[in-house]
Amino acid sequence: MTDTKYNHTQPSKVDPKQIRALLEANNSARIRTWLNICSRCGLCADSCFVYQGNNRDPKLSPAYKFKHTLGEMYRRKGNVDAAFLSRCFEVLWLQCTMCKRCSMHCPFGIDVASMIALARSICYSQGITAEKLAEFTENCRKSGNHMGMPPEELIDTCEWMVEEVEDDYRGVTIPIDKKGAKFMYTINPREPVFYPQDIANAAIIFTAARENWTMPSFGWDCTNLPMFAGDRAVAGQQVRNVYEKARQLGAEKILITECGHAYRSLQFEGPYLAGYPDGQPPVEVVHYVQLLHDYLVEGRIRIDPAKKITAPVTYQDPCNVSRNGGLWEQARTVISYLAKDFRDMAPNRDRNHCCGGGGGIMPMGPDFRPPRMKSGSVKAEQIRATGAKIVIAPCHNCFDQINDLGEAHELDVKVLSFKEILLETMIVPEYMQIKKDA
Amino acid sequence: MYHFLTGPALWIVFAVFIGGLMTRLAFLIGLSRERDRVFYNHADLTWGFKSIFYWIIPWGSDAMRRQPVFAFMVFLLHIALLAVPLFLNAHNLLWHEAFGISLPSLPDTVADGLTVALIGAGIFLLVRRIVRPEVRILTSTWDYTLLILTLLPFVTGLCAYHQWGDYPTMLLLHILSGQVLLILIPFTKLGHMLLFFFTRAFIGFEMGGRRKARSW
Repeated sequence: MTDTKYNHTQPSKVDPKQIRALLEANNSARIRTWLNICSRCGLCADSCFVYQGNNRDPKLSPAYKFKHTLGEMYRRKGNVDAAFLSRCFEVLWLQCTMCKRCSMHCPFGIDVASMIALARSICYSQGITAEKLAEFTENCRKSGNHMGMPPEELIDTCEWMVEEVEDDYRGVTIPIDKKGAKFMYTINPREPVFYPQDIANAAIIFTAARENWTMPSFGWDCTNLPMFAGDRAVAGQQVRNVYEKARQLGAEKILITECGHAYRSLQFEGPYLAGYPDGQPPVEVVHYVQLLHDYLVEGRIRIDPAKKITAPVTYQDPCNVSRNGGLWEQARTVISYLAKDFRDMAPNRDRNHCCGGGGGIMPMGPDFRPPRMKSGSVKAEQIRATGAKIVIAPCHNCFDQINDLGEAHELDVKVLSFKEILLETMIVPEYMQIKKDA
Repeated sequence: MYHFLTGPALWIVFAVFIGGLMTRLAFLIGLSRERDRVFYNHADLTWGFKSIFYWIIPWGSDAMRRQPVFAFMVFLLHIALLAVPLFLNAHNLLWHEAFGISLPSLPDTVADGLTVALIGAGIFLLVRRIVRPEVRILTSTWDYTLLILTLLPFVTGLCAYHQWGDYPTMLLLHILSGQVLLILIPFTKLGHMLLFFFTRAFIGFEMGGRRKARSW
């Protein structure tokens, strides 16, 4: 890491008593055991892309990072000052994306990501977090979505998208707040704001598969940056909005767009953030990769063999879809339908490396691009080694990060989402085709 | 002195060792029922077992295959650490004398070889701690101390067996260092002799039980 000072929100007066109370309240059997039995063997260092990408700086091993943040907070019983928390900021937000790869490489399976998350929430309690993440959290608190978008605006965007595609496809609709749908489709707020075409693409694919789906007017934002900012209360509210809307609409399942951390949030951490004692989401959560897998395997969407991609393709396993989501094989099955020349990265699947855009650093803004590009060099070299020209990334953060990496590391690749490829390769069913007379 | 160390002192040591480990475990289990719901919610025997299994067979995990010599040394150390004290002929004679029961015994030459191997492995770990920057930076004085304290009963035992140095002194040092080590186990990172199984099982539940991902 360079010596640049990275900006974060300015701390309020640090309150050691409050920190101590938080540490005490979170001092679970796991935290106690992890902090105590770490034997400092250093095996975790090699597993970490941040360590690998920064000239194997020994201060970047996962064990060093938790020891000098959360470990130090416990050691000092919360008696820390603003300068210490400011140093923690750099470790917690710039040097760890909570990808959980080190836990697999730790003889004791120490869950470093959980400890980093706890340390982030402690910093947050003292007013220290990334500025952008604080803004997004505030938007979530007020509006239920990261962009502070009112429901009418989402509905307008959906209507606009329906109009956009009606010249090319027949019968595409975006049903809003329909009761009893099979899928309540939730999206990343970047879609309505920056890539509304993604919503149109989803609608086209649903129509082609004759799906019973709906877009909720509230609780549509499946992402959860408060979770990365360290605000557990708003993070809980964020998932509750989605769960409760799905229940209210009587939706059978919650469907998540091509986004990684949204799946981690709603499927795995959300139930705990929202305070459900059994750790299960109250409504089944399905990721878009699983949906596409089922559509293709069941033949509900068919691919035109003549349109299959011939350029070499590789797949970015988003940490929160593959290792932390369990969907690596489904993604490869989908690709086998779409592309002729698939080249896997090494390592891959549950052992993939984070692209360097996870854990909230991507939305933290351009100030944090230099460390992202440095840590991401591991991913850049992995991609280069495949010789692929197309990188499929079913996650917005991976998508943007790999685009940046392509520029910074001169990779000659194009990043695509599954939806974009599907639109180019699928056979448009008869009932959707518009007969254009000459 | 010898009689005190092998008499009342030994009882105290065993009580602290076993009692300490059990108390620590009971405390953690009690605490976990309240604060670690995630451990119980996703408990999955198969994945918990796999998570442990791949880490207790040599080179079973990706991380061990990346540092194969280190992994080998760690195995050597742990196998000898358990096998020599439990199955040493001389120890078994003491068990037999005291309780009339004993465990199967290792031939003395094997025990001797294992002890030398353990000391060698221990020195390797010590040197590795100093040589590898990512390990050195994590290592505290206490980590070095614990490693030396772990080796001490074996070094003194070896000397006593071979009658190197003054035998009675060596024997006393052997007994004393062994007792110190046993007492330290429940209160230090050496508690991993028991806690390893729980933390490993947990990550097995978390990665495998919930996500079908390998945690090794």
